[in-house]
Order: sequence, then structure tokens, then C-alpha cells
Amino acid sequence: MSNKVVQAMYNDDDILMDAVKEVRAAKYHIEEVYTPFPVHGLDKAMGLKGTRIAITAFMYGCVGLVFSVWMMNYMMIEDWPQDIGGKPSFSFIQNMPAFVPIMFEMTVFFAAHLMVITFYMRSRLWPFKEAENPDPRTTDDMFVMEVIVDGNESELIAFLEKTGTVEIKVTEKH
Amino acid sequence: MSSHYEAPIRRPLIVGDKSYHDISVDVAAPVEGKANKLWWTAFSVALVAFLWGIGCIVYTIGTGIGVWGLNKTVGWAWDITNFVWWVGIGHAGTLISAVLLLFRQKWRMGINRSAEAMTIFSVIQAGLFPVIHMGRVWNAHFVLPLPNQFGTLWTNFNSPLLWDVFAISTYLSVSLVFWWTGLLPDFAMLRDRAIRPFQKKIYGLLSFGWTGRAKDWQRFEEVSLVLAGLATPLVLSVHTIVSFDFATSVIPGWHTTIFPPYFVAGAVFSGFAMVNTLLIIMRKVSNLEAYITKQHIELMNIVIMITGSIVGCAYITELFIAWYSGVEYEQYAFLNRATGPYWWAYLLMMSCNVFSPQFMWFKRLRTSITFSFIISIVVNIGMWFERFVIIVTSLHRDYLPSSWTMFSPTFVDIGIFIGTIGFFFVLFLLYARTFPVIAQAEVKSILKASGEKYKKLRDGNHE
Repeated sequence: MSNKVVQAMYNDDDILMDAVKEVRAAKYHIEEVYTPFPVHGLDKAMGLKGTRIAITAFMYGCVGLVFSVWMMNYMMIEDWPQDIGGKPSFSFIQNMPAFVPIMFEMTVFFAAHLMVITFYMRSRLWPFKEAENPDPRTTDDMFVMEVIVDGNESELIAFLEKTGTVEIKVTEKH
Repeated sequence: MSSHYEAPIRRPLIVGDKSYHDISVDVAAPVEGKANKLWWTAFSVALVAFLWGIGCIVYTIGTGIGVWGLNKTVGWAWDITNFVWWVGIGHAGTLISAVLLLFRQKWRMGINRSAEAMTIFSVIQAGLFPVIHMGRVWNAHFVLPLPNQFGTLWTNFNSPLLWDVFAISTYLSVSLVFWWTGLLPDFAMLRDRAIRPFQKKIYGLLSFGWTGRAKDWQRFEEVSLVLAGLATPLVLSVHTIVSFDFATSVIPGWHTTIFPPYFVAGAVFSGFAMVNTLLIIMRKVSNLEAYITKQHIELMNIVIMITGSIVGCAYITELFIAWYSGVEYEQYAFLNRATGPYWWAYLLMMSCNVFSPQFMWFKRLRTSITFSFIISIVVNIGMWFERFVIIVTSLHRDYLPSSWTMFSPTFVDIGIFIGTIGFFFVLFLLYARTFPVIAQAEVKSILKASGEKYKKLRDGNHE
């Protein structure tokens, strides 16, 4: 299968949005869209599924909560109960009010960090990762839509030219 | 352009005839340009203060905390005052980026980057104080529940001081990833603009290879929203827990249920004041007046006015409850605070924190840049004295009149405090020259809704 793509560049987010809708309506396959800032509604227009990253954050938060309960129960109640100012130290539930702040902090700690790590892994972002945007202007003021060529190159280019693009490039994508 | 509609009554958040590319150019300018004399002067002064602070810290660690002005009655003074002051300042950043995000306040976008930077830099200063107050800093890891050679020796999870360890470290690390995630697209912009290979390499490294795919942006926005949702209760919890350090004790003047909300309001109050101090200078020096507008400063002044008034209510409530409690010791603690030998600190606190923000009721004053700057400094001084008053006046006259005493700082106390101010400004000045100081990707996303040019175009059509 050929990996040929047409890169159509736009200089305005509204024109891009209309173009995305037209390309989708004409049943061409949009491979990717690069934008310099979040264009609201673009994911829906492209037909991207919603992200589930918030659900992972909830699960990570639960892990953090459980971990903090386990940790404090083990350290304060099971391993070495101490009499600190006469506070109940032989029952987790009775000592629990003093543990609430750390239960909360650990929940937030786990949810936030693991969610961000998940985001970096899924979106392939890490130090020394080479950037893969097709044009350096896509982080400034250019919007690039990549459409897959499926043996219809000239027809596709002719179609894209009518969508308000300012530049068209045909490249091989790896 | 219907999707970019914003009510005409709202004033533009981006002033002037800006395009997307102009925003990139303006944000990159301080990074790509050369530092002027003013920057080098400020940096040198800050660096000298920082080095002096390091010297004082080394002296403290080498000799012991006996070199501070603490005595057997006043066992907490400048160190904890400075700690709470810096943590408080560190509250505005996350409040701006998280709480205002949840409330969909678009004006946060011009200032959130620098406010978060300020947060991180000030929490670093705050963290120094409890660590050096330990005396034996090489045992600092004992505050963490680490398995060790003593077998069953664990930390005490009943102690608010340990809650503080968890709260501050969670806050610092979560603020850092929140900040960094927002920075990725902006570092990518600098990377793609960079001409010199070294700069390209560095910003490529910092941007984690950000490319701006539609899916990445979708996740980016979701992550920002969830982080905001997590950071909002977090920011409230941090100063709540700091206040527990005092509130859970049995010292008259500290043992107060009003402390958590009162401390949080005070933290937001001082944090916004520090944001104003920094940004009023930065918008001028870095030519960012189109993005950090008078309106931004006015809105921050309103927050300062409101939180200052909450703090004022808390002061008065404290006095009333002390009297109403009928507890002699409690009554004396507050009487002594207001009229005892530290009356001047109390007066300074009252006038800086309760009286001075009331000027912000006047539109002329809260839209005046010079006046806002002066008030922001006054508030920062006032909030330092608030912590000093709470800590030292509650301690210096305890239950035993024979141990009554006064506190006076030594040059080491003063040196460490000045050193942290120097360290803070060293970090902030370096940041201002190397980081994208405005969240340009976010600002671009509101350009069509809130940019002056587009607002005029759109509102003109209706007439």
C-alpha cells in the first residue's frame, strides 16, 4: 500500500474547519490535522472518538486512595502502633480522621501524575523525541491537513484546491 | 465567525491589531532578543542576595540553629513566617490556572504561565525553611515514610507537620507537571522558530517533540481540565494543612477553627499581589502590554480587594471569638497581640491587609498601574507581618510570665530571608528570558473571540 499523502495547508482555523467537513463529506480519508492551538470542535469534525484519559485519571485516583489507606494502616496500626497524645492507635477506623489529609493528597498525587504520564505515553511525548510536524509553521500560524492518496492524486488535489488551501504538497509518509 | 461570538460588552483581552503570527513573534521576542542593562542589573542584585542567603544557610547548618534569634520561648519565628509567606504567594498560580479554568475565565490565559512559574519558584523557597529548620538537613529524608535500618520506625501520620510534607510536595510536583504540560506547545513554537542549532536542540528537548496533532490537542485539553479539577481542591487543601500546623496545637492564638479558610483567603490575597508586582514590570519590559492588559490588572485588583476583605473579616472574627469564648488565656493572647509590645506589627498588618485593599473600590485607583504596583508591594509586606504576628505574638508571652520574652532576628535570619527573595528573582528573571512567558497557544485560541480587531469587525456588523 502506498503511503502517499497530500498535505493541504490553511492559514485560518475557520477555513480549516470548513475544509475538514467538506473533505469528510466527499469521503476522503483524513490522516491527520496539525494545528498551532486547540481548534474547538475539530476532533468532532474529523470524527475522532472522545478521549478516555479522564477515566484513567479516576482509576489512578482510586489506586492512590487505596494505597494511602494500606500504607497508613500498615505503618500506624499493624506494624508499630504508638500512643501519640492518647489518640486511638489500635483501630484504623478510629484513627482515620487524622489520615484524611494524606488520603486526599495521595489520591490527587496518583491521579495527576499517572494521568500526565499516560498522556505523554499515548501521545508519544518525551524528552529527546523528534518532532514530526510536517512544517515548522504548524506551531505558529499554519494548519495542515493530511489526506491519504488512494490512487486518486490529481482528483484529490483538484478537490482540495477548492477548499481554501494556501499550499499543497504531496509527500511520502512513513 | 459565529463560533467565536463573545458579548460585545466584554472588553478585548488582546489589544491591538494582532494576527496569530504576531502572537508568536511577541511571545518569542524576549527569548530571541538580547537582555538589556536593566535585566542584568536586576539579575546581579538578585544573584548577590541569593549567594548571601546561601552563605547564611551554610553558616546555619555548620554551626546550628543557635545562630538564629530563636529562644526557648519563641521557638518558631522568621523561618516559619517565611515558609508560610512563600507558600501563600505560591497559591495564586494554581488558582489562576485551575480555578479560573473551571470557571471558564478567559482572562487567565494572558497571565497563567507566569503565575504558575511564580508558584513553583515560591514553593521552592517555602520548602527550604522547614528543611533548614531541622538543623540536621542530612536527615531530611526522615520525614518520608521510608523503610529503614531501624525496622519499624515510621513517620507519625497523626502529625499536621507530616501532612504538610505530603501537601507541599504534592502541590509542587502537580503544579510542575501542570505548568510543563501547558508549556509543551509553546516550547514547540520556539523550537520551530529557532535559527541557531543550540536553541533548536534545547527547545526540541523541552518540548518533548510536541507536534500539535488533533488527537494530541484533544487529550491536552482533557488533561488540562482534569488537572484543573484536581488542582482546585489541592490548592485549597495546601494552605488548609499549613494552617493545621497552628490550628491543631493548643497555643492560645493558634488554636482556632477559623484558620483554614482564613489562611486560604490570605494566601490568594498575597499571591495575587505578587503576580501583580511581577507582571506589571514584565508586561512593560517584555513589551507584552497587548496581552497583559489594564483589564487583567484591574481584575486581579478586584480579587485582591475581595480576599483582603475576607482576611479583614477573619481578623475581626478572631478578636470577637477570643472575647466571646470567655477563656482568659485566649483573651489575653489577642489583647497582647493588638496592644502588647508587638502592637506595631499588628497595626502594620491591619493597615496593609485590611485598609489598603479598600482603595480598590475606586475604579480610577484599581486601573492605575502605578497605584496597583504600590498596593501589591504593601500587601506583600502586610502578609509577611500577618504571619509574624500570628506566630511570634502567640508565643512570646506563654503561660509562665517568667519566660516571657521578645524575639529579635539575627543577621542570619535576615540573610536567609533576603537570600530566598534573591533566589526567587534569579529563577524568575531566568524564566522571563528563556521561557514563553505567555501561554501563546491558548491566547491564539481566544484571539478571534476576544481580540480587539475581531471584536470590532464582528460588533460592527450588528450596528
